[in-house]
Amino acid sequence: MIEFHLDGRSGVSPYLQLVQQVRHALRLGVLREGDQLPTVKEVVAHLAINANTVLKAYRELEHEGLIAARPGVGTFVTATLTDTSLAAHGPLRLELQRWLAKARRAGLDEESIEALFMTTFRTTAQEDIA
Amino acid sequence: MTSSVLEAQGLGKKYGKRWALRECTIDIPAGHVVGLVGPNGAGKTTLLKLASGQLEPTAGSITVLGGRPAGGPAQLARVGFVAQGTPVYAGLSIADHLRLGARLNPRWDDARARERIAQLGLTFDRRAGKLSGGQRAQVALTLGLAKRPELLILDEPVASLDPLARREFLRGLMEATVEHQLSVVLSSHLVSDLERTCDYLIVLVDSRVQVAGEVDKLLATHHRLTGPRRDADRLPADQHVISASHTDRQSTFVVRTDAPIHDPAWTVTQLGMEDLVLAYMDKSTAECRRAALEMQR
Repeated sequence: MIEFHLDGRSGVSPYLQLVQQVRHALRLGVLREGDQLPTVKEVVAHLAINANTVLKAYRELEHEGLIAARPGVGTFVTATLTDTSLAAHGPLRLELQRWLAKARRAGLDEESIEALFMTTFRTTAQEDIA
Repeated sequence: MTSSVLEAQGLGKKYGKRWALRECTIDIPAGHVVGLVGPNGAGKTTLLKLASGQLEPTAGSITVLGGRPAGGPAQLARVGFVAQGTPVYAGLSIADHLRLGARLNPRWDDARARERIAQLGLTFDRRAGKLSGGQRAQVALTLGLAKRPELLILDEPVASLDPLARREFLRGLMEATVEHQLSVVLSSHLVSDLERTCDYLIVLVDSRVQVAGEVDKLLATHHRLTGPRRDADRLPADQHVISASHTDRQSTFVVRTDAPIHDPAWTVTQLGMEDLVLAYMDKSTAECRRAALEMQR
């Protein structure tokens, strides 16, 4: 069982934070196939949030095929995300480290690096959607 | 679930010569936790008292759960009201409060009330006057829930509570909405109280409803535009200006639009609930917004 938390200053909507936390736990193997998620009532009571926020997050995860609700029993994990991509993390991290070193040599400070990364990340994400 | 919990048509209330609420037209579907937000004196309490039948409208009409507010015993039983400051009878014990609740409310759920009091770690012989602010609020909420209303109205329920008590109160309230499928309307002058708890928002400023709608939809249709200085009347017709500010070189607008914004001159950012409410409190554009709203009608 995982416990959700919310970051009020992240700028990410609460429902998306819940979705991301489940995906994250799946990626790290904290949640595995067959594990039960907290009930809507439990999440609502724990975080003092609107029930529709939790329902929306669970619906999205269900839509992605990651979880399934069994009426009267609970919501369970039905897939795993610790797939082959985990093996690719190492080399990708190395490349990123090289890129970061390059950016620093070019005179970018932490903030500039973050800004450059985030804008590029967002534009390519938007292009992917479009 | 498509029925209305609260429907108002041109609703207004006048105290002497002053309109506390005017031209209020809203239609709130059931099954929501509705946040009513606005500065002190905006008319929040007036609207809530009209909805619970403690006040009679000066103009227009209001129906709650399809009936006239306080229109009879059946209607009274369907609506719970927790007044500002969560008042209790200081001289009475918690047990006395429950007995009183059982006498006055035909649908009273005594088991539920007792269970909740026990969960809060309170004893029944405690005098209400000896409770802390947070405990008193919880007792008032317990009474409101034990009545088993379809709609629970709360006027600034957490305004005087410390952060921990505030959170505990909202947890209890949110849990109750899941358990008993009730609709809730709560007011606050602090957006942070409503940010996580409400999925429907009404912004009330200067005795008028500035905007009302589902939070998700409101956040999806409002954007902040930042770019080179430009006058508001040179924005596309489908972008309704909510607030505007200018420096000699730069303009910042909050606009409402259903269409995507393609103009490359603008940096477009998403708004949080707090930014959205603040934009509607911008007095400099309030008059223009009203004119635009009247043209739409």
